[in-house]
Amino acid sequence: MPEGTGIGASVRRREDARFLTGSGTYTDDINRPGQTYAVMVRSPHAHAKIKKIDKSKASAMPGFVACFTGDDMKVGGLPCGWLVKNQDGTPMVEPPHPVLAQEYVRHVGDIVAVVIGETKQQARDAADALVVDYGVMPAAVSLKEAVKPGAPQVWEQAKGNICYDWGLGDKAAVDAAFAKAAKVAKLDLVNNRLIPNAMEPRAAIGEFDRATGDYTLYTTSQNPHVIRLLMGAFVLSIPESKLRIVAPDVGGGFGSKIFHYAEEAIVTWATGQIKKPIKWTAERSESFMSDAHGRDHVSHAEMAMDKDGKFLALRVETLANMGAYLSTFSTCVPTYLYATLLAGVYTTPAIFCNVKAVFTNTVPVDAYRGAGRPEATFMLERLVDVCAKEMKMDPAEIRRKNFIQPSQFPYQTPVALQYDTGNYDATLDMALKMIDYKGFPARKEAAAKKGKLRGIGISCYIEACGIAPSAVVGSLGARAGLYECANVRVHPTGSVSIFTGSHAHGQGHETTFAQVVSEKLGVPLEQIDIVHGDTGKIAFGMGTYGSRSIAVGGAALVKALDKVIAKGKKIAAHLMEASEKDVEFKDGKFQVAGTDKAKTFGEVALTAYVPHNYPITELEPGLEEQAFYDPLNFTYPSGCYIAEVEIDKDTGTIEVARFVASDDFGKIINPMIVEGQVHGGIAQGLGQAMLETCVYDKDGQLLTGSYNDYAMPRADDFPSFEVQHSDKPTPCTHNPLGVKGCGEAGAIGSPPALINAICNALGVGHMDMPATNEKIWRAANAHAARAAE
Amino acid sequence: MPTTVSMTVNGKKVSGQVEPRTLLVQFIRETLGLTGTHVGCDTSQCGACVVHVDGKSVKSCTMLAAQAEGANVLTIEGLATDGKLHPMQEAFREHHGLQCGFCTPGMVMSAIDLVKNNKNPSEHEIREWLEGNICRCTGYHNIVKAIAAGAKAMA
Amino acid sequence: MYSFEYQKAGSVADAAKAATGEAKLVAGGMTLIPTLKLRLAQPSKLVDLGGLKDLVGIKAEGGGVTIGAMTTHAAVASSAEVKKAIPALAALAAGIGDPAVRNRGTIGGSVANNDPAADYPAACVALGATIVTSKRKITADDFFKGLFETALEEGEVITAISFPAPEKAAYMKFRNPASRYALVGVFVAKTKGGVRVAVTGAGEGGVFRKKSFEEALGKSFAGSALDGVKVDAKGLNSDIHASADYRAHLIKVMAKRAVDAAK
Repeated sequence: MPEGTGIGASVRRREDARFLTGSGTYTDDINRPGQTYAVMVRSPHAHAKIKKIDKSKASAMPGFVACFTGDDMKVGGLPCGWLVKNQDGTPMVEPPHPVLAQEYVRHVGDIVAVVIGETKQQARDAADALVVDYGVMPAAVSLKEAVKPGAPQVWEQAKGNICYDWGLGDKAAVDAAFAKAAKVAKLDLVNNRLIPNAMEPRAAIGEFDRATGDYTLYTTSQNPHVIRLLMGAFVLSIPESKLRIVAPDVGGGFGSKIFHYAEEAIVTWATGQIKKPIKWTAERSESFMSDAHGRDHVSHAEMAMDKDGKFLALRVETLANMGAYLSTFSTCVPTYLYATLLAGVYTTPAIFCNVKAVFTNTVPVDAYRGAGRPEATFMLERLVDVCAKEMKMDPAEIRRKNFIQPSQFPYQTPVALQYDTGNYDATLDMALKMIDYKGFPARKEAAAKKGKLRGIGISCYIEACGIAPSAVVGSLGARAGLYECANVRVHPTGSVSIFTGSHAHGQGHETTFAQVVSEKLGVPLEQIDIVHGDTGKIAFGMGTYGSRSIAVGGAALVKALDKVIAKGKKIAAHLMEASEKDVEFKDGKFQVAGTDKAKTFGEVALTAYVPHNYPITELEPGLEEQAFYDPLNFTYPSGCYIAEVEIDKDTGTIEVARFVASDDFGKIINPMIVEGQVHGGIAQGLGQAMLETCVYDKDGQLLTGSYNDYAMPRADDFPSFEVQHSDKPTPCTHNPLGVKGCGEAGAIGSPPALINAICNALGVGHMDMPATNEKIWRAANAHAARAAE
Repeated sequence: MPTTVSMTVNGKKVSGQVEPRTLLVQFIRETLGLTGTHVGCDTSQCGACVVHVDGKSVKSCTMLAAQAEGANVLTIEGLATDGKLHPMQEAFREHHGLQCGFCTPGMVMSAIDLVKNNKNPSEHEIREWLEGNICRCTGYHNIVKAIAAGAKAMA
Repeated sequence: MYSFEYQKAGSVADAAKAATGEAKLVAGGMTLIPTLKLRLAQPSKLVDLGGLKDLVGIKAEGGGVTIGAMTTHAAVASSAEVKKAIPALAALAAGIGDPAVRNRGTIGGSVANNDPAADYPAACVALGATIVTSKRKITADDFFKGLFETALEEGEVITAISFPAPEKAAYMKFRNPASRYALVGVFVAKTKGGVRVAVTGAGEGGVFRKKSFEEALGKSFAGSALDGVKVDAKGLNSDIHASADYRAHLIKVMAKRAVDAAK
């Protein structure tokens, strides 16, 4: 292996050179010859009937090219990728999801028409001149209001606005456990609605090739092949062979760029109509009202305990907001990515979770960093703190008491998952040591002397990543397989191109995947190219989300590399006149075991393409292999996060004094990149806990529609984070790299740590997110009043 | 009615015909084809568009191209010289101060202006200076580290 | 943005003449350009004050400072004259927006715009500043008329703001976590003529003086002097970021902190 470029090395990122010099190519950086510009005309109302659209003024504007409405664009609807069934076995309500509104608009931002102009400004001027006559209707906006009797109906076919009423677990066993419980802890909580806000706004360029009839879509996507499949098969009826999707450099996704969006279908369809390329780039205010939102749950949870604080059973009821339409993965987020995680790291023997998914006149809600798992973790880790308070136990001790022990793996939870491995005491111990848990009372006292309230909060998370075993998810309603594909093309001179279905939009795959190749083949990084994000180049792929790239895409890559090595051994054996079984591949050389006879990787590659001395009757020339990898199980990263906060009682401001993280990601390819992923995840989690929330008014107007009102975390909101990897890591047992995935952990584990710390500081039972200054100030005042009594 | 604007960008004299309502960032990206400067919001907060105008960091999305008439503009493309990264760019690479790269050009340009004003900024000062630059990937942790290191390297 | 004409003003007189009807003056543009981008305004013409060098600069006069209307926040923040005469004003300027905004935004633009959450109006009112225009001199008390409204008439251009030096002063801002504008900002000045307290960010009608604080502090210029003074939430903003009650509370906390920090 070349020094310091293989698995485990903090190799500096190869993609940075282009990003740091302004040479990256994001979708909006691409311009096609003869390009026109699209502007989406969006509904200003949450719920309305479209009475009339008058194009006459718009079409008379300078530079006007075309305008299309729902009447013009009769195509398939945007599909939902996961069928969830009700408790009674009947399917969920699955209303249509038109690309351009048909007769009704159902949320502010719903697209009514597209206006295309010669320049962006002209398109916008013409769009402003489009006259749409709406008949405004009452709107169902908040979860709690939408399920009340008599609430406005988003869809006629969804009575009471219910999409599905789903359950998981053994309800009878849970009820029995509660009946004999010594103590029960209860908690009502809200998981606040978030707007993902990747820094690059979504964009799409559609281009039609008159010569071939081929369509190309450049788009800000985390999974171009999935977009090709969904848009080609379900929306526009274009065969894969005539449709190319390019997702070039993408400026962050966090889930929001997984889904197939209307604008992608609109520019692709419309370019076929006008035969000119069409570019659409979202303004940020458009992103706020059209990118799928995240979270938005209202829940009630109860934990039954024995007299010693051992968990006996967990009961959860959740309302989950779907928004107005079912976005691509929306339905599986509050079910199979949520309730399945409710065992957490604990041995709770019986769990039952009921989830009602609810339609509202709001932007669709779908996966956002963590997707279901942050909601489960926030619920559980908050509830465990309530349990500790109830039992008058230390929050660390009650956790430790209920941990699944290393000897219990593989561990079957009562909510479908089987954890393969883990060591939860190890990460808890490590985090307690990092924060100096024993020293906390002294720090609290020191803070009190300054008039500050100091608090500490623990969160022990687990997540199910590496999505996903296709057969398992298929049996649960997924309408796709969730394997990954990799292709290894060894060129005649021994350089290597890797074509992966995983897509990087900040994760650094061009570095980590190359490290895997370098480790396996002994080829220097400079001779390895990682190609991703183009269906025209890459055989197939399911893309990047659910912390799956290295666990699934990396595993596919290893399988393909193994095939290359196997073929290389055959060629080398022939060249060295040895038996194939005697040839071993090590440090970039094929060597006859026990001899000094060897052929380099380069020599073998050249022979494959210049097959003069070659076993041609047994072996094809060339050296290129492809593999698909379908995981056998999810991976289960876990860890412990501890937050320490100081609160200014007078203003309610909160300082995150320290934040420590101890994670078990199994085997790590590039520690520097993994730590960066954790930092970013923690910041998003703390953003949810302290700052961010999406607010609609009662009429469905989005009040947090820009950075003036949606509080994005800034650099001065955080301290530097202290991130370490478990000193007793437990590598994944079922994938070839032993990796688990690290992209979402920070966002999953951090919100409960922070809220637990705030509740600890204030001595309150619960505080919903975001813990704003005003909420904290009010709670601190109440705290002072209680103390005075 | 288009007007002609002329300025010096990355050391080169440039001019172009633009509508008066053209923003400096549009002129840079669309007229000049320098797409390293990004647009991440429409309320002048995210800082992805930060460039230097006459040596000072400004948000190029909040300035008309016409207002930059005759100015000296430096964008991310103008930082590296002879294929060698500017010390601040190098610090971002070394300390993994970027992930998706979208906010990065603005971050780097802001960071360089900070160091012009404050040769040895503390962590607190760096974090405060970045108020107008939003990053969604890094949690700012490594950006702050990179800027501290970049400041040292620029000294 | 809607389409508009653009004119670079050659002189103040030139600007005053052009800035009539649907034309608008643009100084740093830090508020106007975002407003135009969102198509919330449709001026026929922008008259750019950017080239008017005689509107840029800071002069120490009679113990106070006179700041040219086109002087940027960054220039005020780093000015030795301002730091010496009114350190609170330099500190205020250093806290406006973010560094890139401070490099473009101007004092004249901020004052003329009179955003209810802007910082400078509080300084002008508390320090008893005089707004000098192309036509006249206007006291700060008379200048700020309500949300985005001022005493400026059509074709009237701010040329400078004169700040008399206080004995002591400080500005304390509690930021809106999203916009980073003042959720509540309180400028406290102890002047020869008495104590003046101005509040920005909180009032439904923009910047206002807090007379009850001024009286209490007139008797004793110490944070504790405000302990018994009640702040009524009536007339204060209530929105998704803060209730009127909370703003009322913060006005007192920020005022006390400003008094204790005044120098």
